[in-house]
Amino acid sequence: MLPDKEAIAEQVFVALADPSRRSILAALASGGPATATDLAQRLPITRQAIAKHLGLLADAGLVTPEPGERRRVRYRLRSAPMQVAQQFLAALARDWDGRLDALKDHLNQ
Amino acid sequence: MAFPDRIERSVEIEHPPAKVWSALTTAEGLGSWFGNQATIDLRPGGLAQMTWTEGHKADMRIERVEEPNVFGFTWHIYGLPDDDPRRTYVEFTLEPVGAGTRLTVTETGFAQLPQDAHEKAFEGNTNGWASELGELVDYLNAA
Repeated sequence: MLPDKEAIAEQVFVALADPSRRSILAALASGGPATATDLAQRLPITRQAIAKHLGLLADAGLVTPEPGERRRVRYRLRSAPMQVAQQFLAALARDWDGRLDALKDHLNQ
Repeated sequence: MAFPDRIERSVEIEHPPAKVWSALTTAEGLGSWFGNQATIDLRPGGLAQMTWTEGHKADMRIERVEEPNVFGFTWHIYGLPDDDPRRTYVEFTLEPVGAGTRLTVTETGFAQLPQDAHEKAFEGNTNGWASELGELVDYLNAA
């Protein structure tokens, strides 16, 4: 079961490592579901490149296509894989180490 | 890539276990070094809550109470929706070392499988455990 979870988190982090895909995900998070055309109007990325990225993101399960207006497919963020990545980040964000150093300094005074 | 399921840290504190225990398990203690205010029903299955003046809160369900050595509870994972069933288990272990205490905290369950998929913007407490442990020591030193 763990490899699945790791694979899910890895998909999220790989997607976020690419500036174009990161800005697409950020736009979907900020503004909600959108078509490739919508995103092309808001981002400095060509519509063709956006369509390609959305296809990859859909294959990875990070966005899901759904029917939009005027027969255009629009894409919605999937929260489930983001939550798995968030679990990973929640563990990283505990930051014991820096504080334990500060704690030792405090105790040694 | 490895998923970080478990966190473990230890710290030596120059105060006896009974005093550390009190700081961990009373409303007065928890409300001083951990939250800004706390309530606690100290028994397995009992509930505790900490609130912070900035407005957030943490609800804990107490699992282990073995005074003055083991105190365990579960709570919500930061960043997940409030009604998400995923919870991590936190356990404090107190061992006497000379006149002081070795305090170990473990937190497990970050890698558990999701049960569902709710929508949520991410918010986190990046100070988290680190600052709580520092504040615990400050609280004990002031008492």
